[in-house]
Amino acid sequence: MANVYDKKFSPFQIILTIFFILIILAVLLPILNIIATSFSGRDAIAMGKVGLVPVDFSTAAYKMVFKDKSMIRSLLFSTILMIVKTIVSMVLTILAAYPLSKKDLPGGKAIMLIITITMYFSAGMIPNYLLVKQLHLINTFWVLVLPGAITAFNLIILRSFFMSINPSLFDAAHIDGCSEMQTLRLVAIPLSKAAILTLSLFYAVSRWNSVSDIILYVQNPKFYTLQYKLKLMMDTINIPYDEKDEVTREIIAENFKAACIVFTMIPVLILYPFVQKYFREGVMIGGVKE
Amino acid sequence: MKEKTKLKRSSMKRYIPLYMMLILPVAYFVVFKYGPMYGITAAFKDYNIFKGLKGSQWVGLKYFKELFSTPGFFKALKNTLILTIGDLVFTWPVPIIIAILLNELVSEKLSKLVEQVTYLPHFLSTVIIASIFYQVFAPTGVINNVVTSIFHCNPIPFLTKNNGWRITYWLASIWEGTGYGMIVYLAAIGGINKELYDAAYIDGAGRFKRIWHVTLPQIRPTIVTILIMNTGRIFSIGFEKPYFMRNVLVEEASDVISLYTYRLGLQAGRYDFATAVGLFQSVVALVMVLSVNKIAKKLGEEGLF
Repeated sequence: MANVYDKKFSPFQIILTIFFILIILAVLLPILNIIATSFSGRDAIAMGKVGLVPVDFSTAAYKMVFKDKSMIRSLLFSTILMIVKTIVSMVLTILAAYPLSKKDLPGGKAIMLIITITMYFSAGMIPNYLLVKQLHLINTFWVLVLPGAITAFNLIILRSFFMSINPSLFDAAHIDGCSEMQTLRLVAIPLSKAAILTLSLFYAVSRWNSVSDIILYVQNPKFYTLQYKLKLMMDTINIPYDEKDEVTREIIAENFKAACIVFTMIPVLILYPFVQKYFREGVMIGGVKE
Repeated sequence: MKEKTKLKRSSMKRYIPLYMMLILPVAYFVVFKYGPMYGITAAFKDYNIFKGLKGSQWVGLKYFKELFSTPGFFKALKNTLILTIGDLVFTWPVPIIIAILLNELVSEKLSKLVEQVTYLPHFLSTVIIASIFYQVFAPTGVINNVVTSIFHCNPIPFLTKNNGWRITYWLASIWEGTGYGMIVYLAAIGGINKELYDAAYIDGAGRFKRIWHVTLPQIRPTIVTILIMNTGRIFSIGFEKPYFMRNVLVEEASDVISLYTYRLGLQAGRYDFATAVGLFQSVVALVMVLSVNKIAKKLGEEGLF
């Protein structure tokens, strides 16, 4: 889609290139500054000398982060929660999308309508809370899995994907004696691998990043995810100075906080190349109108 | 006749496995999406924790009357609208401009890189985004260090004064949303028939004429659709972003509807009143979406549904 009327080094192209490099920097600078701060020494930070590269390189802040067992524990918990939630969500989404992709299914349209309505109207925070409470899910693992198990948007994406599969393939499977479950397993799923992977990543990232359900439904530190731990860490104003502990002498709140941010960002940065690859397509399929 | 019913029955039988698959997902929507709808009745009842929802007394519109005579509610409503309308005004044009300029770029490598980098913040959690902005925009953060050393002025109160905080909030929206917002426009621009550009080029149209007379009119439906969607959303503000971006100094500006509901409902235990607040918001938001959609259709644009 690039411009074909300009020469590569025309003045306009050079200005555009500079403009876009500035845009890239504007996005990356805050992140780079945080990374630089996390690796800098306390005096450099206190004097405001840290820009984009670490000054007085130091890993003391990370030592402090790793010393905190609860950070590592939350990392593990977040990972397990993300995996369980993604599997539950994906199984339910597939089970819904496949039957609803059959245009001739009696009542399918009505069910779609019921699902679509939830995209535009939700009961709100308190009724949701009251329901969760009534189901005795407060302070349980499942409160972080079930209430958001299916996203209507993702369901619609997968449904359109299943719809785009040539129906004769399904017919062939039925003639060969496949049940619907087998057809789903042997035809629909293998043909939509890319879509299923994309949606799994969407579910995984959104579970990884979401914190509001922890704030609303969970008080037990056992269920604190890494994101929520980060929130608690950000409320640190002073690192208690401990004469015997070398680490506390070397850091101030700023670089401890920065190290916490980086620590929390790493998993997303690792997943990002995979997510990003399918991201644009996923969003576009979702935009297709009913 | 007999044949036909038999056929119908056998075809209905064919659907049974499909309905079986739907049991769990439909149960999910019924329980977790429609279940709470029953809880909405709390807005019309004097909620008693011990009696539960069923045993509580009906009080009619009491809380809605109270709502409209509570200054705190109006303040929250005003704050919500300031933040969301600001988001609308600032985050709507930015992705359009960048997508159009990206289309003018010859280097495909750079344009790919721009996409990859600008999508990134969309995948960071609200906590991380708020934390990054708090570090970078702090009175001693990197931005203020640069500003104060160049202009020899006092630090800009990005986080400590109401208006400064609002600007930081909007900047975070732009930082986070531009890449994601660009996707639809890039796709729309990619779908423009190349012959239109060639024809304009042969007719001697310069770059800006091509943008004005080809690109913009061609992506107009997309621009309008997104505007409709965003306008429809001005009454719904998320919970996480204001929750994590706020601080004690800017409470006057950061107390939005979602936080107000949270504070009154879950922290003060006034479930009934808070439900009324939430219901008011949901209904107004829904009416907004529907009416904006209708207006767009009247104006001859494609609506959402």
